[in-house]
Amino acid sequence: MIAHDERRVIETPFHSRVQAACALNEWEEWKGYTTVTAFTDVALEYFAIRNSCGIFDLTPMIKYRITGPDAGAYLSRLVTRNISKQSSGQVMYCCWCNDAGQVLDDGTLFKFDDNTYRICSQERHMDWFGASAMGFNVQIEDETDQVAALAFQGPTSCAVLKQMGFQDIENLKPYRFTSFPFDGQELMISRTGFTGDLGYELWCDPEQAETLWDALMEAGRNYGIRPFGAAALGMARIEAGFIQAGVDFMPALDVVRSERCRSPYEIGLGWLVHLKKPNFNGRKALIAEKEKGSRYRFVKLIVEGNKPAEHAFVYNRRNQAIGTVTTAGWSPTTKSNLAFASLEMPWGLEDDELFVEIYYIRELKWTRVMERCHVVKDAFFDPERRHATPAWDF
Amino acid sequence: MKRYDAIVIGAGHNGLTNAAYLAKAGLDVLVVERNPYIGGATVSRELHEGWLYSNCSYVCSLLRPEITRDLELPRHGLQVVPYGGGVTFMENGDYFASFEDHEAQLREIARHSVRDANAYERYHTDVTKQTRLIRPFLLRTPPDPTSFKPRDIKELLFLAKAFYHLGEETLNDTFRFWTMSIGDYLNEYFETDVLKAALAGSGIIGTALGVYSPGSAYVLLHHYMGDVDGTVGAWGFARGGMGAVSGALAKAFQSYGGEIKVAAEVSRIVVKNGRTTGVALANGDEYHSDIVVSNLDPRRTFTVIMDESDLPADIVTKAKNFKIRGSSGKLNIALDGLPTFTGLDPNSRLMIGDMHFSDSLENMERAYDDWKNGTWSKKPYLDMVIPTQTDPTMAPPGKHMMSVFVQYAPPKLATGEWTDADRDAFGKTVLDTIGNHSPDFKDLILHVEVRTPQDIENEVGLTEGNIFQGELTFDQLLFNRPFPGYAQYRGPVQGLYLCGSGTHPGGGVMSAPGANAAREIFLDLKRDNLVPEAYADD
Repeated sequence: MIAHDERRVIETPFHSRVQAACALNEWEEWKGYTTVTAFTDVALEYFAIRNSCGIFDLTPMIKYRITGPDAGAYLSRLVTRNISKQSSGQVMYCCWCNDAGQVLDDGTLFKFDDNTYRICSQERHMDWFGASAMGFNVQIEDETDQVAALAFQGPTSCAVLKQMGFQDIENLKPYRFTSFPFDGQELMISRTGFTGDLGYELWCDPEQAETLWDALMEAGRNYGIRPFGAAALGMARIEAGFIQAGVDFMPALDVVRSERCRSPYEIGLGWLVHLKKPNFNGRKALIAEKEKGSRYRFVKLIVEGNKPAEHAFVYNRRNQAIGTVTTAGWSPTTKSNLAFASLEMPWGLEDDELFVEIYYIRELKWTRVMERCHVVKDAFFDPERRHATPAWDF
Repeated sequence: MKRYDAIVIGAGHNGLTNAAYLAKAGLDVLVVERNPYIGGATVSRELHEGWLYSNCSYVCSLLRPEITRDLELPRHGLQVVPYGGGVTFMENGDYFASFEDHEAQLREIARHSVRDANAYERYHTDVTKQTRLIRPFLLRTPPDPTSFKPRDIKELLFLAKAFYHLGEETLNDTFRFWTMSIGDYLNEYFETDVLKAALAGSGIIGTALGVYSPGSAYVLLHHYMGDVDGTVGAWGFARGGMGAVSGALAKAFQSYGGEIKVAAEVSRIVVKNGRTTGVALANGDEYHSDIVVSNLDPRRTFTVIMDESDLPADIVTKAKNFKIRGSSGKLNIALDGLPTFTGLDPNSRLMIGDMHFSDSLENMERAYDDWKNGTWSKKPYLDMVIPTQTDPTMAPPGKHMMSVFVQYAPPKLATGEWTDADRDAFGKTVLDTIGNHSPDFKDLILHVEVRTPQDIENEVGLTEGNIFQGELTFDQLLFNRPFPGYAQYRGPVQGLYLCGSGTHPGGGVMSAPGANAAREIFLDLKRDNLVPEAYADD
């Protein structure tokens, strides 16, 4: 008999440890894996990220390995960003588009050497990556389940890694990665993350996953280490101003109503588009958009009051609905009420007078408020320790 | 004899739907049915004591939810239970599982090809775009593209708007999709044979096309555009078999005061001075009405129960040329217990779904070659279900009913008409195919009903046993169904209407043709329309 697995979701290599730590027994599905929503207390988990350090099982993140003599040229054609200056050991945040210049996904591109890269993303792309690879001498391999990954984020994360004996880790710059011997194999550490804080991502063989988890928890014992789930991560990523596929924009591959796609310019990723690059997927359409103008603008909003503006309509001063909130939440660090929104052009300039329509319920009674909101340009929270090299101990 | 406001010929699901709407509007309506039972091809029949067979149509998805709700079919006894996925057994002993759940499906495909798992997401999006295009048209009357009547122009604009919203790329895909073969279409996405075979089944079921015949891609869409409780593409079992659908429709019709006469075969639609005046039965009875609605297929309506001299010559020619080719047969089997299948866990939820035994497009095309050569397929494509695993009403506890749709079987063999020996040999081919993957299956058989296309024509009246009342190819779809100029349910003589699957939007237990025809009758009678519009999705 040929083995079949009929389960809808499967476990990650960290599952035994994650399950033991998940006191709340609160789970969710992420790309076919069982993952944790909250381990112990969302507020404690969130403050581990911002105050000490926390670990998060990142394994379900889709990972592709791109190898071959044309890997660099191929990736340059795939993504909108100019990656010609990317050095070995460097990570670049990128997005990639279909031929109509609509965003398929965003993700991080790791360069090992001229012939070897890894690309990490929210969605699966083997089909599009394969189609784009025609004429290039490259191999593309889905290594999602061959690489176990942990996000290790927070002010004391570097101190813990030093404690574990990873020498010189404090000198690893943001968006760089390096490798260390660990447990008889190789552990890759990148100074990357989705929290906007000092933090790292650790990449290992699934066989080592439990050992790595245990070693981190042991080394972090006196540094406030705490596993965190998707709920706490969600709070941190809003403060950092990071968008998420499927939440803040629809990946073009999943869109059945053609006008629901977004270009990079329309989701605040225009800075990742380098039209002077000779040829890349979507270039022609993006040049046309640059000339003609975009349909939407993506904005970060500070909302007055303290009610979360989730799924709210956004109005202009003439009370016309001109967009919707895609993500919203209270920020414990900045003590303010934050939101991302997709607005119709030309709305969303910094001095526009905008309002969000918030519904909230108290003891089965709904109340509607129109709250003034303000467009802000930069990340809501961007601490110096995120960028400092050598990295701080806390 | 009594005079009615309208007479509907045929108590199939579309005839009953049409009649129910007319009666709901207060008309005095009679339904006449040739068989001693109602339902046409939407029936549950006890052909082995204690067992109910859905012996023609066997699963439900296309039935319009707007009609189900509007005619209060649940109150009249209809319950449709979704069955999830299914399996395609492979010759190497493995099987390919189809899951309703996206993640589970992707992991199953990835077991065969990671690339195909990723391509499946693109396929899923692309096919969804096409189903979204067509669904709003199911409960609309097709426009006549040559007409300049305001209503036709309005409907053409509605069509143009739907096309416009697709965007350039999807619109290009649409024109290709409607005309290409399912084999070519799937080859543009996938590399895994069994995945393509599993998906291609929906492109050939009920049609005399092969997986590489142009037009079969649309047939797939036809099987994807239904839903169960809002899950588009899902299929389910009607509790009590498909007879529960026609039974609920009949009860709705009767609750509005309608009258059904069974064992009442119409020999002639009576036409006087260019308009219908009623029907004449084979037993000599006559019933009068200014409105006669035929649930029969266009070929049978115009060439069997009408006098050619009452019809324009072009209609007779078009009816004779109408493509309505028999391609499928059916086995209904009473089982002493639940069979097991090689490689499949008996407790798997896949047992409840549909089962298939063709693991490559090539095998499916060869099966079609047999049909072209005037014989049944030696390695047939089967769509097999055992609804008694979830339905306690169709067989005694612990016993089971198996429904096996078989493709291909020609309406007439190269050797001549079907003989009893041919039917037995055809049945044996099917039982052997299942037996190859289920060691205990044959020992559990208590009774088998084998139905050739000829049997289906003889019993149900569908010409050549074509389950769709006419091929679902683009020359016979939308404003071309059944013929150009006659797609708005009106016949060529005044007072005559068509309401069967031979009209837009075509076959399957959908009830849309019957409802659409009622809307046209209301229009002609200058009455308020009672037929609902499709639920919006944006």
